[in-house]
Amino acid sequence: MNATNQIIKVGIADLKIANAPDSLRTTGLGSCVGVVVYDLSIKLAGMAHVMLPDSTMSRNGELNEMKFADTAIDLLIKQLLDKGARRYALKSKIAGGAQMFTFSTSSDMMRVGNRNVEAVTERLKHHRVSITAQDVGGNNGRTIEFFPESGILKIRTVNMGESEI
Amino acid sequence: MSFIEKLSTYQLDTLKEIGNIGAGNAATALSKLLNRKIDMQTPAVRIASFDETMELVGGAEKVIVSVFLRIEGEAPGSMFYLFSPEQAEQFVHHITGNDEFSFANPPYPDMGLSILHEIGNILSGSYLTALSDFTKINMQPSVPSLSMDMAGAIISEGLMELSRESDHAIIIDTMIQEPESDKEDIEGHFFLLPDPESFERIFKALGVNDQ
Repeated sequence: MNATNQIIKVGIADLKIANAPDSLRTTGLGSCVGVVVYDLSIKLAGMAHVMLPDSTMSRNGELNEMKFADTAIDLLIKQLLDKGARRYALKSKIAGGAQMFTFSTSSDMMRVGNRNVEAVTERLKHHRVSITAQDVGGNNGRTIEFFPESGILKIRTVNMGESEI
Repeated sequence: MSFIEKLSTYQLDTLKEIGNIGAGNAATALSKLLNRKIDMQTPAVRIASFDETMELVGGAEKVIVSVFLRIEGEAPGSMFYLFSPEQAEQFVHHITGNDEFSFANPPYPDMGLSILHEIGNILSGSYLTALSDFTKINMQPSVPSLSMDMAGAIISEGLMELSRESDHAIIIDTMIQEPESDKEDIEGHFFLLPDPESFERIFKALGVNDQ
């Protein structure tokens, strides 16, 4: 690591692409899912911070493609391919999809974490991108940082410590 | 965001008044509970992107304590009472008279969590009762749920429903605090986030729906 490495911040319902030695970081994932797709051979990676499982849930004419699992992953893969990634070399890591609060009401929105993970997994499978590692579910928030150089995803939590996958 | 641009000054004032009435009642409840004077700041109606919403409480990674509930009924929405872990300790110390409770590291003491849950219950209940009386809108709050974690992870839960429609949240933000700040200051934020369809119902109920 040297001082010139940039940490590229990915916001909520946002998506960014980075080359080594830069890294990609998104903070405070709850039921949202952080999706990383990368081509290790050219040290290129993209990260999306997905909020909702399915773009058909949108009630707005102007769709923010980066907000939904299906459209965000399509966009992520397209941008990586445009930047020279090779489709067969793409792999992914995912984290998030927690259930932060337990409610007695069975509102669908309260189980959105699980549904986000399912939708992300499904969409990656649709693109034939394998998930090499994941840290999903539970009831804790996560901050994640991905290093395109090594393919390592660092995960930080408040109550469960730090890990690397 | 077209809906927000259409809000009149009068309607924005109405939303502030909702914060006033709700948080005013909650401040009174907290004051009685702790036997201390609690003031309320003028409510702010904030229109914020999701990332900006997290910045209001110190950033997505900041650890906060939150009591969260969903409001069902005619005007659905989400409500948070947010405060710092240090504040949480003070609440518990004050109520139990025992200074040994700590929320610095997990596992957190059950008794402490239970007290915080109850405080959250009382305050959010006071807020919503006042709001419901004022608007005559039937509101059915869920049982409040307590969490201590990253602000981003917590607050995004309250953005889910409105995120189907928008990339911005309208937040009625009211801070309650002890006058004459010192280290032992009691300070917390109420966030009321009505779902998009609720605004029209609130305005209609209060007779300010004319654009």
